[in-house]
Parts: sequence; structure tokens; C-alpha cells
Amino acid sequence: MDLIIEPGLTHFLAVSAILFSLGLMTVLSRRNVIMVLMGIELILNAANINFIAFSRFTELSLEGQMIGLFVVIIAAAEAAVALAIALNIYNRFKTINVDQISQLKG
Amino acid sequence: MELTTILFYLFSVATIGAALVMVFSKNIVHSAFALMFTLIGVAALYVLLYADFIAATQLLVYVGGILILILFGVMLTSQKSDTLNFETVMVNVLPASILSVGAVLVLLAVFFSTDWAGSWTTEHSDTVTGLGNMLMGDYILPFIIAGVLLLIAIIGAILMSTRISANTQESN
Amino acid sequence: MELQTFIPLALLILLLPLAGFVTLIFAGKKLPRKGDWLATAVISMSFLLSLTLLIVKLGWYPDESITGSFNWLVLGDAMFGSTLAIELGILIDNLTVVMITVVTLVSTLVHFFSIGYMEGDVRYTRYFAYLGLFSFSMLGIVLTHNLLMMYIFWELVGICSYLLIGHWYEKKSASNAANKAFIVNRVGDAGMFIGIMILFTNFSTFTFETIFESISAGILPFGSTGWLTAAGILIFCGAVGKSAQFPLQIWLPDAMEGPTPISALIHAATMVAAGVFLVARIFPILTADALMVIAYIGAITALIAATVAITQYDFKKVLAYSTISQLGYMILGLGVGAYAAGFMHLVTHAAFKAGLFLAAGSVIYAMHHALHKREDHHTDAQDIRNMGGLKSKMPVTYWTFVIFTLAISGIPLTSGFLSKDEILAGTLAYSSLNGHYLLPLIGFIAAGLTAFYMFRLLILAFHGNHANTSRLADLRESPKVMTIPLMVLAGLSFFIFYSFNPFGAASGWFFAAIERPMSLVPELMQPTGAVLFHETVQGVHGIAMFISILVAGAGILGAFLVYSWKKISADQLASYMSVLYRGAVDKWYFDAIYNRVFVDGTIRLARILRWFDERVIDGLVNGTAVVARKLSQGGRWFDTYIVDGLINGIAEITDRAGNMLGKLQTGKVQTYLVYIVFSFIVLFVLYLQI
Repeated sequence: MDLIIEPGLTHFLAVSAILFSLGLMTVLSRRNVIMVLMGIELILNAANINFIAFSRFTELSLEGQMIGLFVVIIAAAEAAVALAIALNIYNRFKTINVDQISQLKG
Repeated sequence: MELTTILFYLFSVATIGAALVMVFSKNIVHSAFALMFTLIGVAALYVLLYADFIAATQLLVYVGGILILILFGVMLTSQKSDTLNFETVMVNVLPASILSVGAVLVLLAVFFSTDWAGSWTTEHSDTVTGLGNMLMGDYILPFIIAGVLLLIAIIGAILMSTRISANTQESN
Repeated sequence: MELQTFIPLALLILLLPLAGFVTLIFAGKKLPRKGDWLATAVISMSFLLSLTLLIVKLGWYPDESITGSFNWLVLGDAMFGSTLAIELGILIDNLTVVMITVVTLVSTLVHFFSIGYMEGDVRYTRYFAYLGLFSFSMLGIVLTHNLLMMYIFWELVGICSYLLIGHWYEKKSASNAANKAFIVNRVGDAGMFIGIMILFTNFSTFTFETIFESISAGILPFGSTGWLTAAGILIFCGAVGKSAQFPLQIWLPDAMEGPTPISALIHAATMVAAGVFLVARIFPILTADALMVIAYIGAITALIAATVAITQYDFKKVLAYSTISQLGYMILGLGVGAYAAGFMHLVTHAAFKAGLFLAAGSVIYAMHHALHKREDHHTDAQDIRNMGGLKSKMPVTYWTFVIFTLAISGIPLTSGFLSKDEILAGTLAYSSLNGHYLLPLIGFIAAGLTAFYMFRLLILAFHGNHANTSRLADLRESPKVMTIPLMVLAGLSFFIFYSFNPFGAASGWFFAAIERPMSLVPELMQPTGAVLFHETVQGVHGIAMFISILVAGAGILGAFLVYSWKKISADQLASYMSVLYRGAVDKWYFDAIYNRVFVDGTIRLARILRWFDERVIDGLVNGTAVVARKLSQGGRWFDTYIVDGLINGIAEITDRAGNMLGKLQTGKVQTYLVYIVFSFIVLFVLYLQI
């Protein structure tokens, strides 16, 4: 079968789609803030695979890798700030379970 | 079958498998380690895409930096009185599953139905020189801004964490 | 010295006092001796540089005029294809170098004097800082090459004057005087600004040189000579304000509330002379009509101020009126075309009037200390009726004061004689050429009056017997730091510094350096040509000198007859000329009239407006209110039963719907995320139509 023999652009995109949905699952269903954060990292990685796959298989070329690089940089900054926020939440509510933090309830 | 094809399927399966473990593991520390394998798998996929520099960066930043940070976060926030509690619970399982499956179906449908004709294959031998030239050329401004952003992120993180200790001391 | 080094040197002279100001205002109190030495050193350095510049300029490059400038703001394209830009720049000609030397010299001497006079003052550092700022601004006026910068510096000296008059602002009279000086000056400055703008609208530049070139090329503002005359007179309005000319002379006597060295520097030697300098600067574009107006204003000022000075008893007020009168002379001199004479009077007057004020400062300082020692806080230290007999106690002050008095009275061998004589000869020449016999008449009368009131001051303050002999015992001569500046200025009041011929300034270096510039206005409107004027002056010079010595002698004799030998009673003299006397005592009612017309007028206008506001506008508003109330009572019924019913019904429905929808809002982030992702997928599907 053609699909199995030659890994092309679509194959990589399929892997990224699966990783994205798994990340989405984590973000939506886990109580722990840090788990949510890990889900976000997974989603970012899925997006990054797309960029780099496009850079390999389309005229996007090195530009795609460049964007991927910046995604990694932003992810690092985001992780640092998000963890600091998580620590602040823990300090304030004595829990990091997202469903217990429901101050916004109407 | 060529070696790259075999490697692709191998790494894809490993990555997705590790991601599945990460999502459904009850123990948050197991999840974190599964995430590590996922990230390494993604790095391997990058190598297959001729993106050696990004792959190296991925390993350094994610595995070496962000993952360690996450583990620290786990350790600092999982304290239950005297013991550590790594058990976590899932909520919204049904809607989340439906939506995730929906999302992956929609995405796959789009990817497979799109005609990617006109695409061609670029085989980079050495991306580092090219990336370096671009970073110091067209991308110099975003590069500098990214540096400033990282600095601000570090300052912000430090500020927020120190406020924690100040607050705890006050409450004590 | 090369020609190119003039510009950086001038910049250095200009910026040194500014540097002193900045240092003192920020770090002055932390410096040893509160920083007075720094201010003095900086201004002394400026003076030495100015003197070098003066000597080199007049000695080696007497005909050159050096300009250095750059574009400050480029506003776009102007008419005639040139760019419309505001320039900053420096112009150095003979007028400039003489003026900066005068300014820095007087400023330096005043700095030294102030070290003694202001000792122990509450705001000692700030005083010296402001002196620096003033010196900077004054030098700016002199050095600039365009009208806009001149206007900026013009306002800067105004604000320095304001700050320094109000130096002792705890005193109500001092802060009032500062306000008055500032407001009265604004009236003149408004005119000056309009004048500058007339020139700018027509020539698209503020630079003197370019304006002069355009006018000499025959381009007139709005195409008429009338506008040129108007522009000249309006710019002269600035000089009227700053130089305390009629009718804006009222602020200068009040300005004597400031410290006496300030009166010497700002309100006698330099700032008030800025108006004269301004007229000298724009002289080439003044039409004959404008010059005639200027001459008459100068003459009227000279006469009015001289008559008021006779009746004053405050030591400083007498000097203030005499300053106004002498400024009137300078303006008169420039107006009749005796350009060099008018400007020379500025220079000589700067020396002897600064000296007179510093001598007054010395006397007041001594009186103040004597009174302080006796713990007498009621006697006015400035009133000449409380003085008398100071001659023996303060010999240095007395003898320098005598020299200054001789100089201002126009006695031969003094500098004042040279310049005043030339001005009077100029007025005589002007009247013989153009008519206007009133001008020389007023000039000679004012000269006689000047001699009279100055000797009156000298006799009352220094001769005779002291009002209180025990107080006299405590009087001491002022310290050296105050008397040495007096001696320097006294030396500069002799003719030798200005011309080697004691009876004619025309042969001296000053007249050689300061030549009357060519008039650039169209031929029909030109004042009498310089050559013809000069010849006429030569012809009448002898007569002018004769009359001038005669009236000065008469004035002095009169003063001795009345106040020293008491042959004529002053009171009787006053009652003979009661109308004149009363007018002079009340300063010719200027303050009263201004109070009536402007202050009371404003208050009355405000009252009328208030009445209008209370009756008409409030009535209208109240009437509207009554009607509105009736209407609203009707509306209320409608509101309660119909509108409210409707609203309540809607509210009921909204409430129910809200309660139902509120359940969706759980406050949990992930629930919201589920909604978002769900909507997103739905939109995605709809958009792609899969």
C-alpha cells in the first residue's frame, strides 16, 4: 500500500493531528494544573511538527524551521510564567485542581 | 522498505504511545516521564524532516529545561500535609473524549482531502548555517524581541515566586 | 585669533553662566560657602572671555560681522522655493561684543557685591543661581541672530526679573511688585510678538540678516510702508515694556522691592537696557515715522520720570526714576538718529547707574546693620529723611557716589557728559533738520532736572546732620567685597575709557566701532541720512555742550540752594507749584489711572457679567425648570403605570432566562474550554462543509 511505504507530508500531518487531539484531551480532562500545562506543551509540539513538515515538503523551506524555533522559544517563556502562576495558585487556594478554583462561578 | 520509512513508523508509534500514557496515567510523575519520551520522539521526527538544529533545540529546551521545570512544579505542588501525593483525577471525561475524537477526525479529514500537489521536496544538508544567517539577517528583530521576552518572562516568574514566599511568611 | 574661533568662544561665554545655574540649583547647598564662589568664578571667566573677544574684534576685525547658525526646525517649503526653517544662531558684530562685555562686567561686579550684601540670606544659593540664569538669558538676547530666539531670551530675562524681584516673597509688597513687573511687561511683549509675526508672515524667517536683505531688496510687509512702520513700532513695544518707557514705566519703581544688587544689575544696567539694544538691532528697518514715535516716547519718558524723581524720598525709588529718565534719553537718542550716542549712553549709564545702585546698596546695608544693632525695626533703612551726614562714616561709598552723581548729571570729564552731550546735540540737529523743537527742549530740561534731583539725593543722604546721632555712631563702612566693585565702577565713569577727548566722543574708539547702520527702508521713508545728520551734529555740537553744561550747573546750584544752604525753602517751592508738585508726587497719576481703567474696569465688567449671569441666565434656567417640572408630573403617571409595567415584564423574562443560562457558568476553566472547543469544531465543520 502506498500509504505505508513512503512517509510523505500527510503522514507527518496525521501524527501531529493525533498528538494535538491527545493534548486537547489532557487540557480538557485533567484536574491538575500541571497536567494541563503538559497538555499545552503537547499541543505546541504538534503545531511545531506541522511547521517543520511544511518546511521539508513545501516551498516554505527554512522559514518554517525558523518559525518552529520561535515556537520553542515562546514555549519556554510560557512554561516558566505558567509554572509561576501555578505556584501562586497553589499558594493562594492550597490546591492546584482546576475544578476547585471556581471563583468565576455566577 | 527504506530505513527512513521504518524509522518514521517506529518513532511515530513510540511518540503516540508515549503521549497516550501521558494522557491517561493516573500518576502525574509517570505522565511527566511519558511526556519526556513523547518529546524525544518528536525530536526524532524532526531529524527525519532534515531539521537537525530544531531537533537539538527541542532536546535541549524541552527535555532539558521545560520538563525539569514541570517536575519541579509537580514536587512543589503535590504536598499533602507530610506526604507527597501524585494521584490525579480526570473530569469531564465524556465531553473531552468526544471533542478530542471529533477534533482528530476533522483534522485528518482536512489533511487527507487537501490536494498537496505542487509541493516539492527540499533536502537540507546543513540547516545551521542557513538558520544562523536568517537569524542575523531578516529575523534579527524578532530574535531580539524573543530575547527581551525571555528576560521579561524570567523576571516575571521570579517576581511571582518571591511574592509567594513573602505571602507565606506573612500568613505564618 | 582666527575669525572662526569667535563662534565657539561666544557659545562658551553664553553657556558658562547656564552651567553655573544648573550646578547651583541642583547641588548648590552641598557646595562649600553654598556655591557663591562658583557662580562668581563662572561669570568672571565669562567676563574675561568677553573682554578678549571685544579687544580682538575691535582691534583686528572691526568691519566683520560673523554669523554661525543651524536649522532648528524645518517646517517645510516656503514661498519663493526656499525652505521654511527656524534657525538658531549667533551674530557677532561690534554692537554685540560691546554689549556682552558690559553685561558680564556689571554681572561680575554685582556677584562680588552680593557676596557681602546677601550674606546670611535665607535663599542665598538660589539667589546666585538666578543671577547665573539671568546672565545667561541676557547674553542670549545680545548674541542671538534672529528675532524668535531674542523673544525667547527676552521672556527668560523677564522671568528672572520676576523671580529676583520676588526674592523675598514673604513680603506682600515684593510678590505684588514681581507680579506687576511681569504683567506690565506682558503688555509690551504682546505687541513685540505681533510685530515679529508681521515680519515672519511676510519674510518666512526670523533671522535679522535675511529680513534686512528682503527689505533692502524692496519687499515690504503686505506691500506697504505703513505695515513696515507698524512692525517697527510694534517691536518697539517690547522695548517700551522692558525698558520701562512711557506709558508702561510704572513697574520699574515697584521692582525696587528686590535686593539692591539685583536693582543694579537687572533694573538699571542690563535688562532694562535690552529694550535700547533691541531698537539698535532693528534700527535699519525703522522708518522715519517709526523713529519719530520712538523719539517722542523717549523724550516724554525722560521728562516725566525726572519730575517724579525730585519728589521721592526712598533712596532706591529716586534712582529708579532716574533710570527710567536715562533710558528715555537713550531711546530719544536712537529715535533722532544719534545711534552711537544713544548706545554709548547705554554703556556709560550701565557703569555709573550700576555704581549708584551698589552705593545705595552699601548705604542700605550699613543703615540696616546700624538699625539692627539698636534693635530698631520701625525706621525705614531706605528713607533719605532718616539719613544725612553719612559722608564722614562711609568715605568710600560717599566719594564713589559723588563721582557717579557727577557722571549722571553730565559734568565734563565724566563719561555721562560725553554720551549725554552727544544725544542732546543729536536732538538739536534733528530739530534743525526736521522741525520738532520740543525734543531738544525736553532734553535740556530733563538734563537740568537730573542734575537737581541727583544732588538733592547726595545732599540729603550724605551731607548735613544725621537724623539720629546715636544711630550714626553704629554706622560702619561696608566690607571690602562691596566697596571694591564701587571703586571699579567709579573708575569706569571717567571719560578716558570711552574717548581721549573729554569734550567730544566723536573722535573716540566707541564712535569708530559703533557706526550707525544704513537704513534699508524705501527712500521716501528713510530718516535723515547719516552723513548729513553727522554734519549737522558737528555744527550744533558747541551750542549743545554749552547749554548742557549750563543747565547741569543750574541744576546743581539749585540743589545746593534748596537743600544745603537752605536759601530757598523746598516746601515753599512746592506750594508755589502745587499742581505740578502734586502731580509729580503721585507719579502723574499713572498708577491711579491704570487702577481705575484696567483693574477697576475688569472688576466692573466682572460685576456686570455676574448680574447678567444671576438675572438673565439663571432666570432662564429657573423658568425652564418650572416648565419641565409640570411636564414631568404628567410624565410620571405614564411612567409608573405603562412604562414600568413593560419594563418589569421584560425584567421578569430576563431574570428567568438568566437563571437558566447561569447554570452554564460553572466557574471552572475546563468547562469553558469544552464550550470553546465545541464551538470551534462546529465552526470548522460548517466552514469547510465536510
